[in-house]
Amino acid sequence: MATVTAEDTTYDNADFILEVADVRKAFPGVVALDNVQLKIRAGTVHALMGENGAGKSTLMKIIAGVYIPDQGEIRLKGKPLQLHGPLDALKAGIAMIHQELNLMPYMSIAENIWIRREPLNAFGMVNHDKMHRMTESLFERLGIEMDPETQVRHLTVAGRQMIEIAKAVSYESDVLIMDEPTSSLADREVEHLFRIINDLRSQGKGIIYITHKMDEVFEIADDISIFRDGQFIHSAAASDMTSNEIIKLMVGREVTQMFPKEEVPIGDVVLSVEDLCLEGVFSDISFDVRAGEILGLAGLVGSGRTNIAETLFGVTPPTSGRIAIDGKEEIISSPHQAMLRGLALLTEDRKETGLFLGLSVEENMEMAVLRDGYTRGTFVDQSRLDQECDLMKERLSVKTPSMDERIGNLSGGNQQKVLIGRWLMTKPRILILDEPTRGVDVGAKAEIHKLITELVKQGVAVIMISSELPEVLGMSDRIMVMHQGRVTGFLGRREANQVNIMELASSPVAPPAVNA
Amino acid sequence: MNNTMETTDRLEVIKKRKKKIPTEISIFLVLVGIAILFEILGWIVRGDSFLMNPQRLLIMILQMSIIGIIAIGVTQVIITGGIDLSSGSVLALTAMVTASFAQQSDYLRAVYPALTDLPWVVPLLAGLLIGALAGLVNGALIAFAMIPPFIATLGMMVSARGMARAYTDGQPVSMLTDQFTWIGSGANPVIIFLAVAVLFHIALKYTRYGKYTYAIGANPQAARVSGINVRRHLIMVYAIAGLLAGLAGVVASARAGTGQAGMGLMYELDAIAAAVIGGTSLAGGVGRIAGTVIGALILGVMLSGFTFLGVDAYYQDIVKGAIIVAAVVIDQYRQRRRLKAAA
Repeated sequence: MATVTAEDTTYDNADFILEVADVRKAFPGVVALDNVQLKIRAGTVHALMGENGAGKSTLMKIIAGVYIPDQGEIRLKGKPLQLHGPLDALKAGIAMIHQELNLMPYMSIAENIWIRREPLNAFGMVNHDKMHRMTESLFERLGIEMDPETQVRHLTVAGRQMIEIAKAVSYESDVLIMDEPTSSLADREVEHLFRIINDLRSQGKGIIYITHKMDEVFEIADDISIFRDGQFIHSAAASDMTSNEIIKLMVGREVTQMFPKEEVPIGDVVLSVEDLCLEGVFSDISFDVRAGEILGLAGLVGSGRTNIAETLFGVTPPTSGRIAIDGKEEIISSPHQAMLRGLALLTEDRKETGLFLGLSVEENMEMAVLRDGYTRGTFVDQSRLDQECDLMKERLSVKTPSMDERIGNLSGGNQQKVLIGRWLMTKPRILILDEPTRGVDVGAKAEIHKLITELVKQGVAVIMISSELPEVLGMSDRIMVMHQGRVTGFLGRREANQVNIMELASSPVAPPAVNA
Repeated sequence: MNNTMETTDRLEVIKKRKKKIPTEISIFLVLVGIAILFEILGWIVRGDSFLMNPQRLLIMILQMSIIGIIAIGVTQVIITGGIDLSSGSVLALTAMVTASFAQQSDYLRAVYPALTDLPWVVPLLAGLLIGALAGLVNGALIAFAMIPPFIATLGMMVSARGMARAYTDGQPVSMLTDQFTWIGSGANPVIIFLAVAVLFHIALKYTRYGKYTYAIGANPQAARVSGINVRRHLIMVYAIAGLLAGLAGVVASARAGTGQAGMGLMYELDAIAAAVIGGTSLAGGVGRIAGTVIGALILGVMLSGFTFLGVDAYYQDIVKGAIIVAAVVIDQYRQRRRLKAAA
């Protein structure tokens, strides 16, 4: 095991608001956390880093009272805490913003925020006016511009995320836990969140911040703790670390190259889209993708990137416009037809539209190819499927005890590899990847990038949607930027940078297009 | 590099060490346990053996085989995440229609006096067709009108029972041909039940039909994006469930030698109970035919055992209800554990 270096020296004389000592937690068959420690100083942001499955989320759930540890101690402001449930933690002054959103869609924003704490009037009924005013003053403090009476179901994912954050802040807790709060936020909203965090920090709160995004860590964190395989690895001030060191500690090895983009000969136009419209969602979308090319799709969340992918793949057929494959116009009205024409779509939301959670790894991998070549009449050719799935598993180095393992038991990165494998088995010519590395750890991320490079070498045309600008910049030959359902510009690999992408992504006025 | 590998391996080894007992085996053990319990109670209460009586065992399996045929269709419906409440009523409707095409020519009050003494295939096909049609309507309502399966099949449950009664104004359809009643004679229902079970075991495990069924139950959206025609498949699944309810209607009327509108009352609930006791999850995506067969046998052993011990039918129902609830409680518990493992 690597040397555990709890560098207490860094914090001599520090004022710890939260201390975790020797915590261990085992689930049936898996030791999720072993001998873990963590010390959070008041008035700081403490980043927790580690690959998926490193135990960060489990530790946070223990601190938030969701799980009860098998052993170990949690001290809040020096006093030992005994938590029997999330409510205990909230009452003690620990609030958590969960990775999954836990809001009630048919209730208003105000009702969601103050649930269980509704202000009452003299008759013991909910005082709606007061609740409304409380929400308004909370929003004013946080700079959120939303009507407290709006039903949550009308909000975007990012909007819901902001409500979760507001709700956590409203508890006036001493410790705030944020588990990947930016995963569904666009850059502008992330800035907003960071302003809120800075404000909380100056009030002396302790903020635990889980993220996979390196740039965020250096922007916001004071201290960093790194976990690997359920063990505490290292803790230090953010200013004393480099991103390479962090990655090395996280994976236990060096990840030499994050974006192994190679120059690949670019061939003929494979997919050509002209004036594609989906009423009310996007309009006048025109672009070409060539064999061997990676076309990056950038834009804020809600700009219509995912909708274009779904329309190309026949999930939501367009209301007008033309799609041509190899110069031949095609009408694609279902995913099945899209697949017959050589398209594949890795969807954005792994859990919602990708995984069959209750089924095995192999069943998840084989589901898109149960047709030509893999079936004899109505029967599936199981031995051939077994063989090909095994090969795919090797090729993508999926880490799983067996192909019969339930996919829910795999880490996010491995789940994603299985889904990529599902689509590679269909031998696509046009591969659409929607957030291919979301919620995936650094090691798997690099592997996925390498794989994409390999695919374009074989002449596959790739459309890659990503909210991570470094990924888009690092991988794409060309970048199409969108804003509110319209293309605002194309940028070549050499001219593109974070600044001009963000300019296009937030400007409704389309500058002259430089489409090739 | 080595460190990570070692720790990952260690975690995986721990995972592997936890040997999972297949659900079917544990249900089978429950079945054996219940049988042994009745055996012991039998010696204590009646001084007689419960198991050492081939006659009783055959009757027990015969009783269960009709519900078992329905339960197989219901199992695949539940695997897609749906439910079928109409199978008992569809059984009654098909029993009526089938019987009306199987009457003897010397019977003066035949439903279709011109269509008597027909070969056995005609009533059989008529029954299967009616059942499949009823299922098709269920499926179309669910897939295209987007009605929840519970409501669509509840409607069919009420309507089909009404149609069964209206068909002959509530009169039983009797005096069936010998070649038709042969279908339900002796151990034939058991043979049909087991043949259907084997067929659908193979279909669910080794065919596209089966794989798609599990996929839709596990995640309909992902199934659609994987190129599966979810609507068409759902219609097929409900139509096949109806077809099997129809087959059960044929067997039931052949065995009873009559078609009666009151047949199959509450069979849909026994069928769902058999599937659920057998480990099929109401949340969809999980379930096996073998489990359902054992689930049906558990219901059969309970029924037969209580009768053998002389327990009143009312008390039998009380216990049966408790067992169904217990099975769902266990299903919920299993699901929670699954979710936890996935988290």
